[in-house]
Amino acid sequence: MISMGILVNSSTKVLVQGITGREGSFHTKLMLEYGTKVVAGTSPGKGGSYVHGVPVYDTVYEAVREQGPIDASIIFVPARLASDAVYEAVDHWLRVVVVITEGIPLHDEVKFVNYARSRGVDVVGPNTPGVMTVGECKLGIMPAQVFARGYVGLVSRSGTLTYEIARELGKRGYGISTVVGLGGDPVTGLDFIDVYERFFKDSETKAVVLIGEIGGDAEERFARYYTNLGPRKPVVAYVAGKAASPGKRMGHAGAIISMGVGDYTSKRAGLESAGIPVADTPSQVPDLLEKVLGK
Amino acid sequence: MKLYELESKEIAARYGIPTPRGRVATNPQEASRVARELGPVVLKAQVLVGGRGLAGGVKIAGKPDEAYSIAKRLFSSSIRGEKVEKLLVEEKVGISRELYLSLTVDRATRRPVYLVSEIGGIEIEELAKKHPEKIHKIYVDPGVGYTDYMAREVLQTLKLAWTFLQDIVNITRAMYRIMTDYDAELVEFNPLALTNDNRLVALDAKIIIDDNSLYRHPELQKLRGRELSEYEKRARELEFSYVELDGDIGVICNGAGSTMATMDSILYYGGRPANFLDIGGGARSERIKEAVRLMLMHPRSRVLLINVFGGITRCDEVAMGIIEAIREVGARKPIIVRMLGTNEEEGRRILRERGIEIYDEMDDAVKAAVELAKG
Repeated sequence: MISMGILVNSSTKVLVQGITGREGSFHTKLMLEYGTKVVAGTSPGKGGSYVHGVPVYDTVYEAVREQGPIDASIIFVPARLASDAVYEAVDHWLRVVVVITEGIPLHDEVKFVNYARSRGVDVVGPNTPGVMTVGECKLGIMPAQVFARGYVGLVSRSGTLTYEIARELGKRGYGISTVVGLGGDPVTGLDFIDVYERFFKDSETKAVVLIGEIGGDAEERFARYYTNLGPRKPVVAYVAGKAASPGKRMGHAGAIISMGVGDYTSKRAGLESAGIPVADTPSQVPDLLEKVLGK
Repeated sequence: MKLYELESKEIAARYGIPTPRGRVATNPQEASRVARELGPVVLKAQVLVGGRGLAGGVKIAGKPDEAYSIAKRLFSSSIRGEKVEKLLVEEKVGISRELYLSLTVDRATRRPVYLVSEIGGIEIEELAKKHPEKIHKIYVDPGVGYTDYMAREVLQTLKLAWTFLQDIVNITRAMYRIMTDYDAELVEFNPLALTNDNRLVALDAKIIIDDNSLYRHPELQKLRGRELSEYEKRARELEFSYVELDGDIGVICNGAGSTMATMDSILYYGGRPANFLDIGGGARSERIKEAVRLMLMHPRSRVLLINVFGGITRCDEVAMGIIEAIREVGARKPIIVRMLGTNEEEGRRILRERGIEIYDEMDDAVKAAVELAKG
């Protein structure tokens, strides 16, 4: 099979940082069942053991020395230790680092996100369900059965809502090429623009579904970027949080309307003026997709 | 977590940023005593809601007895729903210009950024709408931090004379240190005032601390949640993410995005959500029970809508949680359930025995809840 999709594919070799923890071990099992090439795990002090047949090392240095180059990492370590894990992965030349951990201090995120970007490393998250190229590689915690393979690229700031919309798409026969969770924190490694650029270059992806939410201006920035593009792939959107109240954090650390930035109206208006239709409910997303694809 | 003005000013003063002379008053007697000491004063209600000035929370008093009567009125009032428990009573400063200076984190560049404007004293929201070109942004590399050219740009933007350079260097550098030392998301002086006697003074101060960093600041962590409503506090004790809204349809979901989408769908179909309650992923029946209990007891909501889309959340656990909550506090209001996930059939059976049907589609469940709330 020719590998398609973005960020990860069937040949991606994966490291799990924090593999011996409850979540790390549980999701390693699910990722292996999906077919992800998990070649190593780390857990300081637990080197020499195995988790679901995957060798565990004390350091990333040792994992890479024993296994050869590893392409991507998924991090399950607690918030206080997560930054250190990101630096360890970046410094050992892993190209994609998925940070599942929620609750990492903001200024720690600012530092490691800038560091990783300066080294050309893609950080997915923090506070993300991960990334999955359907049928090839799951580097995350999403329920795999909801995603059928197809030609729609899915990029989202949310977790469960992504599953909901993937299900709606599936009911109408639309499958997914790659699904990317950007993460629910104010500062994330990748944003909508970064991910759209990859989808644009991916020959398998024909259209992109963007799932935004209140807080920040990532949707508005994407809209401005998209308006100025030459050739482009169709995008449809859903934005959560119309009923949210200003100044209140709606679950995600990043989902807050503050200093006059981040409300629903501005996001919807921005996207629509860029020619991106916005659905009122998750169930309307396939209708909009049908329209832009001209079926 | 937002700090009160008086707390923010205490921190600013400790970092060498000039603030007006002032004291805290918790009753009218104290307010008049401070006025006797300082002369003409400004009485400022210590609340966390925005728009305090417009809501009448800032008053000037020329004489101590005037300070007494204004304080008495402020203590018996509330500002946008927030009760006034403390006043900051400060010397009245003669102002020649009001300026704006803040330091926050820019999401687009993922960097700290100074926002600087010669127009201060109005909310930055307003300013950004009316005069976006009047806001100068100075981005800071987090690996490098503050450096002095930034202060020179601040000085230039604020149209201050070179004689103020050292003051601006001190203020700008101190702001960065406050952000780093306190894990602040925002350090804002609005206005930063140029006084008639040519001093720079932070007339108002606002510091917001990143919630995820509170564990590094035990003295602040114990204050966490003080701005929350009673229901929000109870939900937080149970470790749910909860926000009070003003409608009549109670909402329980898993995942922040899903919860918002459920609220929005309620709005779309003509109803009004009463709250945001996210139980998170993989909740067991005990936690579901607590969430359902909380919302069954919620005074304003007339219907409860439960929408769970779980990869790892098990429907039988959800069903048992619902049944257990009803057993403990009674079926005080109709419950609409939509759930998908592992053990769906078992969950369906458990609820059907109690006469509760499970909806397959989110839209259908939301419409049913909206109908019930109307009737």
